Amino acid sequence: MIEIENLSKSFTLHNQGGAVIPVMTGATLRVAPGECVALTGQSGAGKSTLMRMIYGNYLAAGGSLRVGGLDVTRATPREIIALRRETLGYVSQFLRVVPRVPTRAVVAEPLLALGRPAEEAFARAETLLRELNIPERLWGLSPTTFSGGEQQRVNIARGFAHDYPALLLDEPTASLDAVNREVVLRLIEGAKARGAAIIGIFHDEAARARVADREIDVTEFTPRKAA
Amino acid sequence: MEGALSILSKEKQQDGPLLRVEGLSKFYGGRIGCADVSFDLWPGEVLGIVGESGSGKSTLLSCLAGHLSPDRGEVIYAGRDTVTMPEPERRMLGRTDWAFVHQNPRDGLRMGVSAGGNVGERLMAVGARNYGAIRETASDWLGRVEISPGRIDDRPRQFSGGMQQRLQIARNLVTGPKLVFMDEPTGGLDVSVQARLLDLLRGLVRDMGLAVIIVTHDLAVARLLAHRLMVMKDGRVIEAGLTDQVLDDPQAAYTQLLVSSVLQV
Amino acid sequence: MTDQAYNFAYLDEQTKRMIRRAILKGIAVPGYQVPFASREMPMPYGWGTGGVQVTAACLTPEDVLKVIDQGADDTTNAVSIRAFFARTAGVATTEATAQASVIQTRHRIPEAPLTEGQILVYQVPIPEPLRFLEPRESETRRMHALEDYGLMHVKLYEDIARHGEIATAYAYPVKVEGRYVMDPSPIPKFDNPKLGGMAAIQLFGAGREQRIYALPPYTRVVSLDFEDHPFVASKADHACDLCGSEVSYLDEVITDDRGSRMFCCSDTDYCAGRRDAGHRGRLSPEEVA
Repeated sequence: MIEIENLSKSFTLHNQGGAVIPVMTGATLRVAPGECVALTGQSGAGKSTLMRMIYGNYLAAGGSLRVGGLDVTRATPREIIALRRETLGYVSQFLRVVPRVPTRAVVAEPLLALGRPAEEAFARAETLLRELNIPERLWGLSPTTFSGGEQQRVNIARGFAHDYPALLLDEPTASLDAVNREVVLRLIEGAKARGAAIIGIFHDEAARARVADREIDVTEFTPRKAA
Repeated sequence: MEGALSILSKEKQQDGPLLRVEGLSKFYGGRIGCADVSFDLWPGEVLGIVGESGSGKSTLLSCLAGHLSPDRGEVIYAGRDTVTMPEPERRMLGRTDWAFVHQNPRDGLRMGVSAGGNVGERLMAVGARNYGAIRETASDWLGRVEISPGRIDDRPRQFSGGMQQRLQIARNLVTGPKLVFMDEPTGGLDVSVQARLLDLLRGLVRDMGLAVIIVTHDLAVARLLAHRLMVMKDGRVIEAGLTDQVLDDPQAAYTQLLVSSVLQV
Repeated sequence: MTDQAYNFAYLDEQTKRMIRRAILKGIAVPGYQVPFASREMPMPYGWGTGGVQVTAACLTPEDVLKVIDQGADDTTNAVSIRAFFARTAGVATTEATAQASVIQTRHRIPEAPLTEGQILVYQVPIPEPLRFLEPRESETRRMHALEDYGLMHVKLYEDIARHGEIATAYAYPVKVEGRYVMDPSPIPKFDNPKLGGMAAIQLFGAGREQRIYALPPYTRVVSLDFEDHPFVASKADHACDLCGSEVSYLDEVITDDRGSRMFCCSDTDYCAGRRDAGHRGRLSPEEVA
């Protein structure tokens, strides 16, 4: 489902004398449907960078990166938008939404974007919010005013609203209590069971051990310092 | 089987971009307004044009919308070049398939005409002749842009800035256009009012499958509304791509400067 | 008495030719406002300088001229224009609608149906029906060219929204042959139905605004309206107090300081004709000896 070969990335800082900073080289990785791969490595090793490249958020410098057959490094914006809408979900650590939009609508949006009937989309959103223990009185409010843990759970609900065939999870259990952590892990297991290919970053080692089938240390892809 | 077929035929209809722009250029004497701009726009897509004042983004928008005639290039809409199209047809397009939302609602509204008349004008321009039906549609649209239908007979002068802008949007969308040009639609509005308008626009874009070209200097607005961005400088497009990619991993020196010059967006 | 110091009908032949060209163009493109080089006339603007120039361009020595102002032959404006042409063109004049070959009018169409061979010349103060909605002449001309007439219905919409009905009572806009929107001059909307399918030629002259437009005989003219608020040619709900007519357009006349009033035909020739034929109204003297 996700096939990465010899992927590299560098940043060119034009406003700092044109410095070129290589951050990744030779990244190779495959994730099959129903498989969960955990990215490991120290902070700054490039875990999030790799995730962002898979999502099309960062441009690759070289190599290939296929998600569901689409080479993200060469795809048009339109193809990436379609990929994100239909195939590839992303639960980031931060919730970025239009202020004022009620939580219920934030969670239902991925389904509405797919053209699902509003009734179905909102029913699904409410099921997820309930599962994730977001009090019903908050559903009509914008999540921008919520606590960090609540925002994270809204973000997860949104990421799981549609059954994406591929999922990127960036610290899905961070800042969650034991009860909600368990809910999220069960959601991840459910996604695997239905055949989703998952790449995740988990600092929570117990969680990683429970859901990940393999671990990839991204340090391997870090360019040697000042060779 | 039948469902699959109908989906196929729908896909077929949407085969090809809604708008295809090739080598569009406009000069003011020896000065460049915009130069050599090319892009495709597909149904349902929101394209943001960002850049500083004077970067040519408004000139480009005016050329695209037919308010200015470009010196070179093509603007192909539904298979026809709107640059060489006779003016009557272009105007007809301007009141049916196309819409233009101005930054200042005063430029896009008739301030002496009631809210209902403002919304109804495009309907009447394309032949609606039933007062009751026009009024009903106008009232429905006021509701959709969150203006109380009870204010249908009030003049825009009596409305707040945010309401005026929402009224302008209703007036433009009432004929179900396919392509909407927006020039800084949230400029000049309070932040909270902006958020409400952005939410409204997002919903309308999604529900009506609108293609939108939006000019803005506000990168936060661009991030929330646009699927794709074009960054302009000195009349030229210097970078284009997926909105979050352009903002999070800008490639051109100017874009990096632009992104780093604003507060967290 | 013809004043030999002037050319026939006051204007020189070149000017009349220029005006005739504008008239012919107007007839060829019904409802379209043709610009013309309006001349200074020996009367103030607003007194019918446009109509007078059109009349001058149409008159031949054999013509019989009738001039009415709001339907009346005997008001100052009508009398002086009639005298003007009697003096400068030496044409015969009449008050009888049926006997006139050229009728210049301010703000009315005669009650009696006009016939082929007659010419009705309107005096027009403001020829542009879109003027009060769009003040820029450059823009209104473009709107006409592109048939961009949504705005015209916006005005009617606003009328209904504000008054519950289309409150425009005169200078009610019409569409000509499905193409141009035209201001019929400030005739009451009661007269609008007579514009369409008329046997006579109708010419409209606006002197100050330098525009001429025309309706050839039997032109299709439709008053703008909405399906659910159709055009209604209304008049005062009375009969003429002099001749008893229930179908003619009426003037309301205040007769004393205590608010007494009477209604009488605005078309004086029509009213007189009916009275001659023995019709009587509420205030007619009973005894006729």
